[in-house]
Amino acid sequence: MSLDQLYQQIILDHSKARHGSGLAATEAPAGTSTGQSHQLNPVCGDEVTLRLAVHDGKVAQVAWDGAGCSISMASASVLTDLAQGMTVAELHEVIDSFREVLRSRGKVHADPELLGDAAAFEGVARYAARVKCAMISWVAAEDALNQAA
Amino acid sequence: MAVISTPATLERAVPVLDNAEVLRIRNDFPVLNQLVNGQPLVYLDSGATSQNPMSVIEAEQEFYEQRNAAVHRGAHHLAVEATEVFEDARQTIAGFIGADYAETVWTSNATEGLNLISYALSNAALWAAQGRGGQELRGLALKPGDEIVVTEMEHHANLIPWQELAFRTGATLRYIPIEDDGSLRMDQAAAIIGPRTKVLAFTHASNVLGIINPVTELAALGHAAGALVVLDACQSAPHLPLDVKELDVDFAVFSGHKMLAPTGIGVLYGRQELLDILPPFLTGGSMITTVTMERAEYLPAPQRFEAGTQRISQAVAMAAAANYLTETGLDRIHAWEAALGQRMVAGLESIPGVRVLGPAAGKERIGLAAFDVEGVHAHDVGQFLDSQGIAVRVGHHCAQPLHRRLGLTATTRASAYLYNTTDDVDRFLQAVAGVRAYFRA
Repeated sequence: MSLDQLYQQIILDHSKARHGSGLAATEAPAGTSTGQSHQLNPVCGDEVTLRLAVHDGKVAQVAWDGAGCSISMASASVLTDLAQGMTVAELHEVIDSFREVLRSRGKVHADPELLGDAAAFEGVARYAARVKCAMISWVAAEDALNQAA
Repeated sequence: MAVISTPATLERAVPVLDNAEVLRIRNDFPVLNQLVNGQPLVYLDSGATSQNPMSVIEAEQEFYEQRNAAVHRGAHHLAVEATEVFEDARQTIAGFIGADYAETVWTSNATEGLNLISYALSNAALWAAQGRGGQELRGLALKPGDEIVVTEMEHHANLIPWQELAFRTGATLRYIPIEDDGSLRMDQAAAIIGPRTKVLAFTHASNVLGIINPVTELAALGHAAGALVVLDACQSAPHLPLDVKELDVDFAVFSGHKMLAPTGIGVLYGRQELLDILPPFLTGGSMITTVTMERAEYLPAPQRFEAGTQRISQAVAMAAAANYLTETGLDRIHAWEAALGQRMVAGLESIPGVRVLGPAAGKERIGLAAFDVEGVHAHDVGQFLDSQGIAVRVGHHCAQPLHRRLGLTATTRASAYLYNTTDDVDRFLQAVAGVRAYFRA
């Protein structure tokens, strides 16, 4: 597998764009219920703090702060775009699917219908040392979602 | 600044190491002869763990094929042979670092060695409090108001055991800060090390900065204050001639797997008179004289600190590794690696956006370099290099406080050994030069 299959264009783009980054400067929308989670990977020092706001059973806002490698930052950015407007149940389903693909060592293919841009992280599953990088913001989102919903 | 002794046997005129000889050396290391991601492997992670020559692999295999038995017990032939090679191995390692036989204790690795010292010292406090042990032991017991001094550049293995020793005894942990170039602030060292200092622990060569600390100068400060001086020799014992007596330290630790030996074996050096009075760390079989249901008497060092069945094949293999290094010549290895280190740093400094930690090109360093690539996380740098068959370490290298001091969380580190050529370094440099373009930093 080549490096370009791991670092797909969409991952490199999102690692720079970082949609949703800037937690401290973002207020949660009024009337929403929020959850916040901090996750740290002690191996490499990757860190993500993610807040998720829920209103009427739907994700109203995702905001996060983080420091880490391109995979971890791109993953948080893609998650932000994807989660926006989803129902709580839909986001749980997407997180479960993403986790299954990432932990499959390349045996389970991503469903682009369900995962959208997050399907680009399928290649990460073949790099055991990088799975946690891709997962860190999703673990934070799941935790925050459980608090908010 | 480093004190490097030259064993008499090596004083004859031997040619310096060159690429041709290094390529012959490399043939002794089967694992290096492979393709990774379609490219010949360039292994630049020996600072984390080194590779094994055939002579080491064969020494371990030969032990299992011909001599395997528990040592120091049993009257049968294999037990006698196993004990003989195990203790011969200790003698070899003692000679390797200029220590005496009984001052050389087997451990699992340097981390265990440092924990052994710290627990022996807190046990000394417990013994002294209950009137156990003699007057000399009471002098080693730490108490509130006493100080343990380390440096800001330490590996976690030479920091956390001292934090915990301070916690257990009520002593205070202090540290000698570094300059921006990684060198120790010796003015601060002289101010911090004083009558309260009971332990002074520091690394010989930094696993991140590559810098070699002024060991004898620090040891003199420690001894003038009446402190025990502990040396972390993990990054020096494998790479340069080491004489613990000449360095005048009380304890020194290093790991086998960083010096061509297997994992699971390491060495603690301690001055005989200290080892013989310190309470043991681990207790159990093989380290006692008389045992009743109520209490036990302990053997002197080294057995005093070797409870339970030992790592026999690993010890034998570690002696084979020491012999391999001695036969190649540690002064030659040191000179070759220092040249590779300079080549790395000079090359890295010329790449835009790359910041090297520690001494600048031209200043003394061992054969390793840790660096930051602006706009690219170390993990991505490591992945990029791996795709070209180049193995380096990424992360904080078990030195979080040092990275924090330098304003970083993670860096990339290349570390060379006697089997690396200048081509290895050049391939590494060429790859690093392409990192920022790939990640559009």
